[in-house]
Amino acid sequence: MSPPGLTIAVPRGALMTGALDLLDTLGVDTAEVRSNDRKLLFEDAGIVTMRPSDVPTYVEHGAADIGITGKDVLLEEPQRDVYELLDLGFGRCEMVVAAQQGADPLGEAQRRLGRVRIATKYTRIASEHFASTGRQAEIIAVKGSVELAPLTGLVDGIVDLTATGKTLAENGLEVVEEIVTCTARLIANPVAHKLKAAEIDALVEQLRADAP
Amino acid sequence: MIHPIPAGTRDVLPDEMRELRAIGERLRETFEQAGYGEVWTPLVEYEDVLRAGDENAADVAYRMFDDHGQVLALRSDMTIPIARVVATRFADSDGPLRLCYSAHAYRTVGRRTGQQTEFLQSGVELIGIPGEEGEAEVVALTLDALENAGLARYRIGVGDGALYRRLLAALAIPAESHRELLDCLTRRDLVGLELRVDGLGLARDARDLLVGLPEMRGGPEILDRAPGLAADALAHLRSLYEVLDARGIGDRVILDLGLVRDLGYYTGAVFELYDPAVGFALGGGGRYDDLIGRFGDPRPACGIALDVQRVHIAQAAEESQR
Repeated sequence: MSPPGLTIAVPRGALMTGALDLLDTLGVDTAEVRSNDRKLLFEDAGIVTMRPSDVPTYVEHGAADIGITGKDVLLEEPQRDVYELLDLGFGRCEMVVAAQQGADPLGEAQRRLGRVRIATKYTRIASEHFASTGRQAEIIAVKGSVELAPLTGLVDGIVDLTATGKTLAENGLEVVEEIVTCTARLIANPVAHKLKAAEIDALVEQLRADAP
Repeated sequence: MIHPIPAGTRDVLPDEMRELRAIGERLRETFEQAGYGEVWTPLVEYEDVLRAGDENAADVAYRMFDDHGQVLALRSDMTIPIARVVATRFADSDGPLRLCYSAHAYRTVGRRTGQQTEFLQSGVELIGIPGEEGEAEVVALTLDALENAGLARYRIGVGDGALYRRLLAALAIPAESHRELLDCLTRRDLVGLELRVDGLGLARDARDLLVGLPEMRGGPEILDRAPGLAADALAHLRSLYEVLDARGIGDRVILDLGLVRDLGYYTGAVFELYDPAVGFALGGGGRYDDLIGRFGDPRPACGIALDVQRVHIAQAAEESQR
């Protein structure tokens, strides 16, 4: 069963299980989504699946009425015109500045060269963090494993999302600053928020009631 | 070879142009037949003029210098230029003025969001009729225009652009918090809003009101759920709804206490047009009783503008869903 008349954008990846568990509590049948990781569109359940960073795009344009994505995605694309309705609580991660353990490469670069070089997938969050703390930073956008960048001397440090810190530690990196805590959020298309108010409110109310 | 055009602009070729023109024509005819005379104003205005109308110069996207070093700007909407026209060219006329337009305007948009920097607006301005009478005329006319443009499922959101600001004042919320609360509301960040309101240490009722207002939208019953604060604004929305209902368009109306428009000149009722076939608003407007006064001739006024291209998208989408 799907929630009446709503199309839901569900993120693939780390948030997917939490999102589907949540939808289960709402009575949505997510069995088919769980069992088929190649299919993207599940019309019976009213679910479309995509990478988390695409969720605001689909929701903003109304291709999905509501969606679940990380706060990190929303912070990175603040111009997206979507309602942020609820903090869903799961998928808790820290956006951090990390650098090689032991030495203080960031402090050293700042002191001697007047700027730090930072590799990240989150260029906006990183720029804002360094600007708001009064430091000049050269932000280098990378797409893949960010942990590699400081190890090869590309940069002095990284800005990235970490849940357990395990990947950082395995690559000899440590957290030096915490920027913001990110959790999964429920977002809604602005027109759907008006035209499907009853459906969206019912869903939000149920999620609020179920929240610990 | 690639010869690019500026981001957010586009070329329109004959097939689309015929449909776009037909829709624009139907909107314009509806307005003209209701007694709204079409006006044309310069595409470029002095930036100071736009700034007199709105402190952010209504989010102007393009500025340039003229040969005397004055800053010119491509207009970002038609309402400020028309306020200037009314205060200067119609300074001698006392009675109500009914004006309409179909013209391009320019606004900054986020990169790669697919939104247009250059957009064609078709709209109406009704000057000199205060209160719900003026608002109802403009709303009813806009809905007629959408009907004539071939839409069937359009709705209109009706709210009060000053309501939240007035609630903050009525609840004696410290002035330094207003900006960030209003900012959350405008950005539709209801999680951030709740977090900040909770930080104010308010009584339960006040807290629930500030957090819950953006979710108060629907039929006239939501006015009963709303609190006694800002009672005159709510009473006004109620009587506006009653006038619209009496005109037979009550079922098109979504009363929306959380509705905000991002331009600073709205003083009361605000509107936003929707169609379920598309995920973005087709246009909007509201009452701006102070704006013409900023050009020296205070008069009550209200208006609505439609984005013709978005109306076209909605019309095509409705057609394909039928």
